[in-house]
Amino acid sequence: MSAWNFFAEHRAEILEATVNHLALVVVAMAFAIAIAVPLGMLIVHRKTLRNFALGIASIFQTIPSLALFGFLIPIPFIGGIGRRTAIVALVLYALLPILRNTYVGLTGIDPAVLEAAEAMGMTEYQILWRVRLPLARAVILAGIRTATIITIGVATIAAAIGAGGLGTFIFRGVAMVSDAVILAGAIPAALLAIAADLLLGWLERRLKIV
Amino acid sequence: MNPQTVPEKADRTIQFQNVTYSINGTAHHTIVSEIRFSVGAGQTVLLLGRSGSGKTTLLRLINRLLVPTGGQVIVHGRPTTEWDPIRLRRGIGYVIQDAGLFPHFTVAENIALVPSLEKWDADRITVRVKELLTLVGLDPAEFAARKPHELSGGQRQRIGVARALAVDPAILLMDEPFGALDPVTRAELQREFSALARRLGKTIVFVTHDLREALLLASRIILLEGGRIVADATPQEFPRIDHPEVRAFTASLDPLRGAQA
Repeated sequence: MSAWNFFAEHRAEILEATVNHLALVVVAMAFAIAIAVPLGMLIVHRKTLRNFALGIASIFQTIPSLALFGFLIPIPFIGGIGRRTAIVALVLYALLPILRNTYVGLTGIDPAVLEAAEAMGMTEYQILWRVRLPLARAVILAGIRTATIITIGVATIAAAIGAGGLGTFIFRGVAMVSDAVILAGAIPAALLAIAADLLLGWLERRLKIV
Repeated sequence: MNPQTVPEKADRTIQFQNVTYSINGTAHHTIVSEIRFSVGAGQTVLLLGRSGSGKTTLLRLINRLLVPTGGQVIVHGRPTTEWDPIRLRRGIGYVIQDAGLFPHFTVAENIALVPSLEKWDADRITVRVKELLTLVGLDPAEFAARKPHELSGGQRQRIGVARALAVDPAILLMDEPFGALDPVTRAELQREFSALARRLGKTIVFVTHDLREALLLASRIILLEGGRIVADATPQEFPRIDHPEVRAFTASLDPLRGAQA
């Protein structure tokens, strides 16, 4: 059976899996951003917390993704089989690029600008919100972009723990030794990644100052 | 006792009382030591010295970006350590070499920063921004809405001065404000600033490594070498002081003569 025929016959199913996949990614990214950006702001002036947070986030990144999904299954509340566990794993994976870029963006500001801000009597809080954050936007978004692309790829593995998404086709195709079925999962996943990259890249350029 | 001496003493806007500053409080990282001088209201004091002589450190001790490790700096009659740093800094204008304008703010927003932190109402801020742009020789209609990257170096530095003057502070601190400009623009800004300073009557502490600039702007020149004051004189007296570092600086005015000496 050719890939094209398989695509045509399973249109509805592929579309549904794509929507599920996208939903996993969007929910996971929303949590990851909600955790990593505030955490990045918090570690600007706190060295111990910074080393701890960046260290932990790096460790999550080094765990092979399939293993991370496996490790989470037996954990109460967040674990088990299904979407919730998958989202937790995807969030842990996405933290590092966002956290690191947030920190780098907030601290990589022209020292003359920070000196002027401090000398004019801005409080640390005002400098963070009115100077550092607006100037770091593009760098933070670059981290979100990297994390999104990673998440779209890793989310295909979420099918292994019953979370659905495009990985379903990939795993089924591997089991059936059918390229057509694998491609039914892999091609839409690749297209999602390219679309996300283009969209976020465009947004990043718009946010860039100068 | 002459009653006149009391107001004169209170008139000393900034006083350094035997000030030492060292990094981490360790003696071998001493940046400035045993600094004693005071600046009267309306004076323009030029801190002159080579790179690393400690002049910027002195400036940063005045607005409490740094705290002395020995002695104290008195501003408006109170040691900086007793001031709330935010209140102290909002009453002191600060201009630095690269202007340090906020790249994401327009010219008007940059100038309006301290007034807006001080919660001025919008109309008052608009009026003040126009006034200041005119004061530094830029047309408000043309420049208010621009971003810093759309300005020349000289224009950026004019905005830097306007921003520092926004809430009409009594003290102005300037750290080589014209140092990065081309010689023609620099001379132009020095002339204009000299006239402006005389007109506004601010107490100014100005850091430079350029004796020519010091002679043009100063009511007093303080020369630093290795973190210590080695000369303190009016521009008229200064070139006649017999000290090797003074001679080094006067020689720098005339490179040819310096080469022969």
